[in-house]
Formats: sequence, C-alpha cells, structure tokens
Amino acid sequence: MGGVLLRGFGWRHAGRRAWALRGVDLRVEAGERVLLLGPSGAGKSTLLSALAGLLPEDSGEQEGLVEIDGLDPRKGRERVGIVFQDPETQLVMARCGDDVAFGLENRGVPTDEIWPRVDEALHRVGFPYPRDRNTAALSGGEQQRLALAGALALRPELLLLDEPTANLDPAGADLVRQAVARALDADTTLILVEHRVAEALPLVDRVVVLEPGGGVRADGTPEAVFAAHGAALAAEGVWVPGHPIAPRPATAAPGDLLLTADRLGLPPRLGSTDLAVRAGEALAVRGPNGAGKSTLALLLGGLLRPGTGRVTASAELAGTDHRTPPHRWRAPALARRIGSVFQDPEHQFVTSTVFDELALGPRRTGQPEAAVKETVAGLLERLRLAALAAANPYTLSGGEARRLSVATALATAPRLLICDEPTFGQDRRTWRELVDLFADLRDAGHGVVAVTHDADFVAALADRTVTLQRAATSDGPADPAGDRAGRPAIQPGRDDIR
Amino acid sequence: MKSTTDTSRWRTIDIVVASVIAVAFGVIFWAWGLVWSATEGAFAFFPPAQTLLYGVWLMPAVIGGLVIRKPGAALYCETVAAVLSALLGSQWAGTVIPQGIVQGIGAELAFAAFRYRSFRLPTAMLAGALTGLSAALFDFFVWNVDYALTDYRIPYALLTIVSATVIAGVGGWLLTRALANTGVLDRFPVAQDRALI
Amino acid sequence: MISIEPVAAPGAPLARRNPVAKVAAALVFSFTLLATLDPVAPAIAIALELAVLPLFGIGYRVLARRAMPLLLSAAGILVTLVLFAADRSGRVLLDAGPVLVTTGVLLTALGLVLRVFAVALPGVIVFATTDPTDLADALIQNAKAPARFAIGALAAFRLVPLLGQEWQMISMARRARGVDAGRNPFAKLRLFASTAFALLVGAIRRGTRLAVAMDARGFDAGTPRTVARRQRFTRADALLIAGAVVLAGAALTTSVLLGTFRPLIS
Ligand SMILES: Nc1ncnc2c1ncn2[C@@H]1O[C@H](COP(=O)(O)OP(=O)(O)OP(=O)(O)O)[C@@H](O)[C@H]1O
Ligand SMILES: Nc1ncnc2c1ncn2[C@@H]1O[C@H](COP(=O)(O)OP(=O)(O)OP(=O)(O)O)[C@@H](O)[C@H]1O
Ligand SMILES: [Mg+2]
Ligand SMILES: [Mg+2]
Repeated sequence: MGGVLLRGFGWRHAGRRAWALRGVDLRVEAGERVLLLGPSGAGKSTLLSALAGLLPEDSGEQEGLVEIDGLDPRKGRERVGIVFQDPETQLVMARCGDDVAFGLENRGVPTDEIWPRVDEALHRVGFPYPRDRNTAALSGGEQQRLALAGALALRPELLLLDEPTANLDPAGADLVRQAVARALDADTTLILVEHRVAEALPLVDRVVVLEPGGGVRADGTPEAVFAAHGAALAAEGVWVPGHPIAPRPATAAPGDLLLTADRLGLPPRLGSTDLAVRAGEALAVRGPNGAGKSTLALLLGGLLRPGTGRVTASAELAGTDHRTPPHRWRAPALARRIGSVFQDPEHQFVTSTVFDELALGPRRTGQPEAAVKETVAGLLERLRLAALAAANPYTLSGGEARRLSVATALATAPRLLICDEPTFGQDRRTWRELVDLFADLRDAGHGVVAVTHDADFVAALADRTVTLQRAATSDGPADPAGDRAGRPAIQPGRDDIR
Repeated sequence: MKSTTDTSRWRTIDIVVASVIAVAFGVIFWAWGLVWSATEGAFAFFPPAQTLLYGVWLMPAVIGGLVIRKPGAALYCETVAAVLSALLGSQWAGTVIPQGIVQGIGAELAFAAFRYRSFRLPTAMLAGALTGLSAALFDFFVWNVDYALTDYRIPYALLTIVSATVIAGVGGWLLTRALANTGVLDRFPVAQDRALI
Repeated sequence: MISIEPVAAPGAPLARRNPVAKVAAALVFSFTLLATLDPVAPAIAIALELAVLPLFGIGYRVLARRAMPLLLSAAGILVTLVLFAADRSGRVLLDAGPVLVTTGVLLTALGLVLRVFAVALPGVIVFATTDPTDLADALIQNAKAPARFAIGALAAFRLVPLLGQEWQMISMARRARGVDAGRNPFAKLRLFASTAFALLVGAIRRGTRLAVAMDARGFDAGTPRTVARRQRFTRADALLIAGAVVLAGAALTTSVLLGTFRPLIS
C-alpha cells in the first residue's frame, strides 16, 4: 500500500496569482523509491504537503485529483509520514522520547506498545541520546534524525522527505541517508526531494522532474532520465550528475587586510579562533555541525559581542571608526562596511515585502530614493525575484528565501560580505549565479567570508579555507576535502566539481 | 467571512496559535525586563505606571478573542498566559492563575454579548473595558483592601479600567489588524482579502 | 536564558506528587490565607512553607532567587502604604506632608507584606518543582481537562526558550541592516516595540507551522488518544491537598485564638 495518484493536480496558494503546481499527472506504485527534482520554486515542497494532506482548503485553491490508495490525503493521513525541511518547527514535545511517542498517542496505540516502538524508531535512525534528552538541546542534524524517528514510529506506508540533509555536515548527512536506507521496509513508498542528486541516487530507483509552471518534465529510471534530458535539465537548474560547473579562482592576488580575529571566542559556543580576511579574497569556513561557525560569522559581522579575544577592522574598512571594534559601531555604518547573510534566511527578514526587504538597507544607509530603486531593481533581476517583488518574504520557497537573504546583504554594497550557508537548498542555476556573484565581488576587491558545508562551493570559489574543530581551529589553504583528517594543500581537482 | 467562522469547533491551528499568542506575550514581558531592567524598579514604586502595564498584560485576552473568534478564546488565552507566568516564576506565582481566569472571563463576556459575530473596534473596547473591570474588581477586594478608599483604591480601579480599554481594547484591535497585514493570520477570518501577487 | 524547566530535585517526596494535586494544594493554601489581613496567620504560614521546603527538594537559596521579585513588590507595598494607607492610627513616627508614618501604618504594611509572601510562596514552590509536560499529562488524566487544549498549550510552551533566542536573532538582523536606536530613549522604545511585534509575528508563524506538523502526526484526527505517560492520583496526593487545607486552617485558627484575625471582608 502507499500508492499515489495525481491527475491534473494543481495548487495555488492563497494570495498568489501564479499556480505553485499545475497539471501534474503522476502515479507512484507501492514500494517505489522516487526522487523528486525541479528548479527552485517548481513546487516540490508544495507537492509533498499535498500528499501529506497538509494543504488545508482555506489556504489556497486546488485543481484536479490527488489520492493515496484511492483516498483523499486529508482523510488518509495515517498512511503518510512526512519530514519537513526545517526540523525545528516539527518537534512538538520537550523530551525526545515524548516527541516520538506523540504521534503514537494520537493514533491510539495502546500504552504498553508505545515505548517499545519509540525505542525501535530511535534505534533505527541511530539516535545517540536517551529518551529524556531535551529537544531544545539538539543540533540541527540530531533534530533531523529525531523528526525522522517520529515519522518512522508511525510505520507509514508512504514516507515523504523534503531535503532531509540540508544544513548538515557531510558526516551528518551520511548518517541521515543511512538511517533512511535502513529504516525503509520493502513495501514502504518513498518520495524524496533533494537538490544534490548524486548523494540521493543510492536511495531511489526512479526520478521525477517537475516543470516550473506546470506538469511533469521527465520521469523514469535515473539513467534513462539523465541520458535523455541531462543537458537540458542541467541548464534549467537541476543538479544532473556529470555536468561540471567551471570554478572561479581569484584573478589577482589578495589585497590589504580588512578584518582580523585575534583569539576570538564566545564560550561555550566558539573556542578561541585566529583568522584574517583580506580585500579581494574569498575565505571559506568549514567544520562539523555545532563547531561554532555561525557564531563566528556573527562575531565577525559585528553582531555579537566577543566573549574572549577581539575583532579588529583595518583603517580601510573601518574609516572613522577604526578605534572601536565592529560590534560597537552604529548600525548604519556597520551595514555599509560589513554585510551579513544569516544561516536561516527567515531570521533575517524584517519587513513584509520582498521589495521593502531589499530597500531597507540602502535607505538606512542614506542613499537617495532613486538610487535605492535602481539597486533593488538590479538585484531583483539578477537573482530572479522580480516576479515576487510584492510577495511576503515568509511565503517564499526555500531557495527563493535564500536568494533574497543574500540580495539584502548585497544591497548596501558592503566592503566585506559574511555569509552563513549561502548555497544550501539551491538549484544548480542559482548556485552558479551565486558563485559568479561572489567571485565578481571578490574580483572587484571586496572580501568574502563563506561559512559552508558545501564542498563544491568551496572548490569553485574559495581561495583559502579555515576549518573549525569543536575545540581548536586551523588556518590553511583551500581544501575541498574539508573535514577529513590530515589536511595537505590540495588545489581543487576538476572532478570534485559537478 | 469564510466558512470556518460558522463552526465553533477549534481547529488545531486555533488551539496552537491561541496558545502561542499567550506564550509570546509572556516572552515579551520577559524581554521587557531585559531591555528596561533599570526602569523596572520604578514601575514597582510608581503605582500609576503599574496600571499602565496592566493594560498590556490584558492584551492576550482581547487579541485571542479577535483572532480566533471562537467561544472561549479570550478566556483560554488569558489563562494560558497566566499559567505560563506561573511556570516562569512570576512574582505572584500560583495566584495569577485564578486571576488570569477572572480577567479572561471579562473579555469573554464582551465577545459573548455580541454572540461571537462582531469583532470591530467597539467590541474590542468593550472587551478591554470588561477585562479591566474584572481585573480591577479582583485587585480591589483581594489586594488593595488596606489602602485609602478614595485616594487610592477607587482611582486605581478606574485607571485599570481606562488602561485596559485603551491599551488592551484599542491597542489589541490595532495590533490584530497589523498582524493580519503581515500575512501570518491568513488562515484566520481576520485576514481581509488581500491583493494577489 | 529563559526557561520553564523545574529547578528542584525531582525525587523529593512531595515534588514527586501528582502535579494536579500540587497545584490544587497550593491554590487551596493560598486562597485560605487571602481571607485575613493580619500579620500573624501569614507569619505562621510562611514558617510552615519554609518547613516543608526540604520535602519538595528545593534549596533555600533557589527559593530566595525565585522569590526575588517578591521583595520588589514588598518595597512597592511599603511605599504605597506610606502614601495611601487607609488606617493611620497609632503613634506618629514621621510627618512630612503626605508622608505620614504611624505605628498603625507599619503594622498594616507588615501584615500585607507577609500576606503577599505567604500567598505567593506555595505557587513558587509548586511550579519550581513541576515539569510542564507532567502538568499537562495530569491535567488530562486526573483533572479531565480536554486533551487537545492541554497538548496545544504544552506545545506552545516548548517555544518559550526558542522565542528567547529569536528575540536576539531579530535584534541582530535589524542591526545587520542598519537599524538601531543609539542612545535616544524614544528610538529605543520604538525599536523595542517593533522587535516585540516581529517576535509576535514570528511566534504566530511558528505556531501555524507547528499546528501543521502536529496534524501531520495525527493530532486531532478523531481517533481516541492513548497516553504514553501515566499520571496517577493516589491517596498520598489526596493527603497532600488535605494537608494543605489543615495547615492553612491551623494558621487561621491560631490567629483567631490570639485575637489578631482581621477578615478580608468585614
Ligand atoms: N505559503 C505560501 N504562500 C504563498 N506562496 C507560496 C507559499 N509556499 C510556497 N509558495 C510559492 O509557491 C511556489 C512553489 O513553492 P515550493 O516551496 O513548493 O517550491 P520548491 O520546489 O520546494 O522550491 P525550493 O527548491 O526552492 O524549495 C513558489 O513560487 C513559492 O513562492
Ligand atoms: N543562541 C545560542 N545560545 C546558546 N548556545 C548556542 C546558541 N546558538 C548556538 N549555540 C550552541 O553553540 C554551538 C555552536 O553553534 P553554531 O550555530 O555556531 O554552530 P555551527 O558550526 O554553525 O553549526 P551548524 O553547522 O549546525 O550550523 C552549538 O553547540 C550550539 O548548540
Ligand atoms: Mg522546497
Ligand atoms: Mg551554523
């Protein structure tokens, strides 16, 4: 069981003129493993919500038919388990065991069966903590695994996963994929959304590509789909294995120092770290989940007060404020000098339309209105957000939101740009545009610091890599192998880049 | 108005959002202490300022009623807010729970008087006034007995009602409208028909 | 950091009692004491409360920290009474315009301050030893509270520490975009209001998503719910409530026998 049937299915979110999905015809038999692909905004997440019966009638308009085993998904919810992209919003209870048990209680599973099933589910995903661990004290990857356990404990016939490894370090992503592989019974249907195809392929036996604007673009075994449509799909933004993107190494030697971190730390989130950023240089910061990378980004961005050590801006970057550290600068001055892109794009939004979001920074730094309009129009165009200028930032798809958050930091043309996971959840086309954008900035003499788990991104852009360990830090040359032990100075090999 | 208002059964989203409104107010109060820790003492010493804050404390009742639009919403929000402040270790601890219930009943009566059909400004002001009245009555009889009647108890009660009408009533109504404009309330009847994008 | 977790040793004999019983006992005790305005009954009650404290597994220092805001309100009561006391009998100690301090005023103040402490402490003790999940479970299983509402509120409570972090995030996001208040107190107030608004919006958005996630796991699907964690209401729990009634009654009776009793409504 767990078969899916879509006939002419479409959905339009309330408040939107465009259909998120339209004319989708698809049949998935019980036990199939499907990878759902499509460029950012193609409606993948929307489709999963529809299958899980989570598009309430009052939140949009539906067209056509969607059925799970011949039932309306809103009626057949007990057959479906779903893990959303953002694990934090789907944990319900304060203790991990209780959270897994929550679904079982709702389904009316007898009390003495609940705990064995909870333990089994936690075991299957390799959850490392006891049941009474506080859910607020989990890292992103651990939350992801717990959410998966919560879905698996219900023994769903259809399992829906939306980018289950976004934001995880390579080791954590591997663990989650193994957990999925181990947790699937032979007759469980799986529909997986994942931009990075190469990693996901071992889990699936069929690929479905959604066409932005409506319908299914391609459908079949991975080999068949990529052989027939590979090049075209790659051009449209799908990550097709074997279609490399040309790297953008620096065209000139780095210039003057912009920012120095000196034994910088914020216990217990970040241990003591030394680091220097130059103009015309792209620096990658890597390290496992919880190593303190985001904390470092906020410290460098002048948004947090250092707990130990200090951040020093060069006279060139700091101008009149060169005697004070960045976290003491007034905000408009800071925004002109150092731009920050947060790990969670939604944390960054402060207005209610995409346009205002982009205009805020330039306005605050005192640009005339005409210049503001021009800057915003340029950015909207460049990051393909023009059609969404009036949309609420919080209704954007994952990829759209990420692009907007990058654009907001670029809007004030800061001398130094600090981005936290700028490429997660991006389709291939946006990914390439982001690499070009950052490379252009660097070549124009700006400094770029990118915190990232994305080895391809590091290989394509970074001139230098800093790897944070959970305790200590090392400053070394660019290294696509990132987290692996023993770090010789390797130049990025072409085959590292798809 | 959408069909969801016709039924008085609470959807999951009604329950969770009502609870979250109450909880968020608890956190805002906590942050208030952080940002204005220097002035906190002044509030304890300057009674009229205390009544000013009172209106803010009564806002969850009015906003809950205006957003959820179901019987019991005002009472539920104010009660949950009270339980949360007890859990956070509020200075009044356990006694805020009955106090919250009493206050919530005030606003609830106002919405019930319009049979949960009107959610306009006058209704909101009435809800604010009634929740202020019930709060004032509670304080009048339980906490303020030993103070001078005409110099303190009556002005205090009147100030509470005025502050509740203005801050919780009018303020709550404006805040609800502002919330609807951000789009977060799109699944609730308060969200007016908004322009398509 | 903001947190709603219990601060006491969970194994202590009274901390282990059913949460509904604990809350009921605290409410009964507090409300009995509200009936009087004299200093004697609350003083006895406070002594009793401090005596049972070890049975709840709370250290005196923890209690002192939790009860700190009470000191502030005690000071507030004193000031207000000096200015607005109804009863200004007794020997005049200080006379400066509106400030008229007499022995009567001080006695009333002592009564009120003790009363505030006596009434508030049971709640402080009980909530310091009660986990929100256990409270919700007990409310559902022993007090017949509607499960959907208790669980919904519980899920929202989990957001409390997260919203505390969110507050920081919102402030940083604004700063990164060039929005700050500097030293101007009015700008500061405006920034506070807009940050609070953003927090409220973010909280509601989280709430809507959480509701979807709960529905995805079968919440409110109409199936009768079972419970994973059993809460029992035993004879010991009933005894706890009875004990609270007896002790509060004893405090009042002593005050009546000593002739100091001043009923709230006379
Ligand atoms: N709640 C919502 N309200 C309004 N519009 C929405 C909402 N959610 C999504 N959309 C819009 O629907 C379209 C499809 O979004 P969806 O999230 O399904 O895309 P996606 O394929 O998952 O993209 P990504 O790969 O970037 O996550 C987007 O244009 C998005 O802006
Ligand atoms: N606001 C906070 N308060 C307290 N601790 C925090 C806070 N934010 C993060 N931490 C903790 O500090 C440590 C470092 O967190 P940080 O977010 O900087 O890691 P990271 O390297 O960015 O991880 P990831 O790769 O998962 O994004 C983690 O253990 C985290 O749990
Ligand atoms: Mg998506
Ligand atoms: Mg991070």
